Amino acid sequence: MKNTPPETTPFFARDRDWHPPAFTPGYKTSVLRSPQRALISLEGTKSEITGPVFGHNILGEFDNDLIVNYAKPGEMALGERILVYGRVIDERGHGVPGALVEFWQANAGGRYRHKKETYLAPLDPNFGGFGRTITDENGGYAFKTIKPGPYPWPNGVNDWRPAHIHFSVFGHGFAQRLITQMYFEGDPMIWICPIVKTIPDENAIKGLIAALDMQNTIPHDMRAYKFDIVLRGRRSTFFENRKEGN
Amino acid sequence: MVQPLTYFKESASQTAGPYVHIGCTPNFSGITGVYDTDLGSGSMVNDQTRGERITIRGFIYDGTMTPLKDAMIEIWQADADGFYNSPSETRGKADPNFFGWARQPGDMATGEFAFETIKPGKVPFRDGRLMAPHVTFWVVARGINLGLNTRMYFSDEEEANAVDPILSRIEHRVRVPTLIGKREGNTVTFNIYLQGENETIFFDI
Repeated sequence: MKNTPPETTPFFARDRDWHPPAFTPGYKTSVLRSPQRALISLEGTKSEITGPVFGHNILGEFDNDLIVNYAKPGEMALGERILVYGRVIDERGHGVPGALVEFWQANAGGRYRHKKETYLAPLDPNFGGFGRTITDENGGYAFKTIKPGPYPWPNGVNDWRPAHIHFSVFGHGFAQRLITQMYFEGDPMIWICPIVKTIPDENAIKGLIAALDMQNTIPHDMRAYKFDIVLRGRRSTFFENRKEGN
Repeated sequence: MVQPLTYFKESASQTAGPYVHIGCTPNFSGITGVYDTDLGSGSMVNDQTRGERITIRGFIYDGTMTPLKDAMIEIWQADADGFYNSPSETRGKADPNFFGWARQPGDMATGEFAFETIKPGKVPFRDGRLMAPHVTFWVVARGINLGLNTRMYFSDEEEANAVDPILSRIEHRVRVPTLIGKREGNTVTFNIYLQGENETIFFDI
């Protein structure tokens, strides 16, 4: 890993018109779980601009291969085999090395391995549905999985989630902490999903749709989807307010 | 014409959903054999950790005062001397026996969360004044579209709280107690209210 000095500057303000607002009645669960009062602005102190670092020692050999990480020896998960890869960058376009990226998803039939899941599609005995990795020195990451299926969910009487993979990402500062979802190019279910539609800006939605990348497919094995994740950038220079000025 | 500013936009947030535990705390969700342990689980202290042992407990309530049973909470805090265990901590070296970060799901039956940790030291504000001891919270769950940030301060730090640069500038004083964990013995109770009369103060950090 490159030996670059750690950055200690505050992060750019989050664009709250780009993210989904808290109260989105089309997604019913948000109604009672959305704060109604204004957030109080708190520009980065040490408590926000610092963050933990996760070492590669937490990773198991198959943490980035969902096709085999839960499968019985010699067996594999069922479904369309795909490689999901991309970079974690910040708003300045800088790669974010050492970022912990965790992901989870339904199986090929749209079923999660969870005790509260009630969808009638069957579990795949060889698919757990989660994994993790840490980005390389350029912010790159990759993992193997199967394409998750769409599934119905209790919201409207006939609402379906598009095929998607959940992502949880740690950057270098706790203020960069982000959870989002990746969708798949060409899926007509994206644009009718109440959770996708919590995002007010169409371009913000497009930023969550991974492109089919035939250049990076593994021939006779799996197709590739490219998904870049953008975390908050931070000021490139540090000039603090005068101590006596506040 | 001017030189273009070439910035990217942050990836839009999406809810962690009902199955966040599959991805982030799989052993807790009953899927064993893939990760040895859930990241950030267990006690945050060992025999060598410096500082006063405390347990932070609480619930997260929705607008009907029903506790959330599917939330995931992460905390981030300084060590007993006020140093963060992070490369961006440039003032000194943090206690090597204190990582400072942890993750806990709410109990599936009751929703209660608990963190076994130490009481953090004071950390300077941007202008050098000391902030009162506090723990940064990040809450995600089904129905929360963008993770919520708040802070827990300590009820046994009245003097420090009174001059804390964040607490002291909050206009609506009646809301300040929503940020104060109530200490009784070694337990600090910190309930988070997503809505209602006692809605917790959340920060745009």
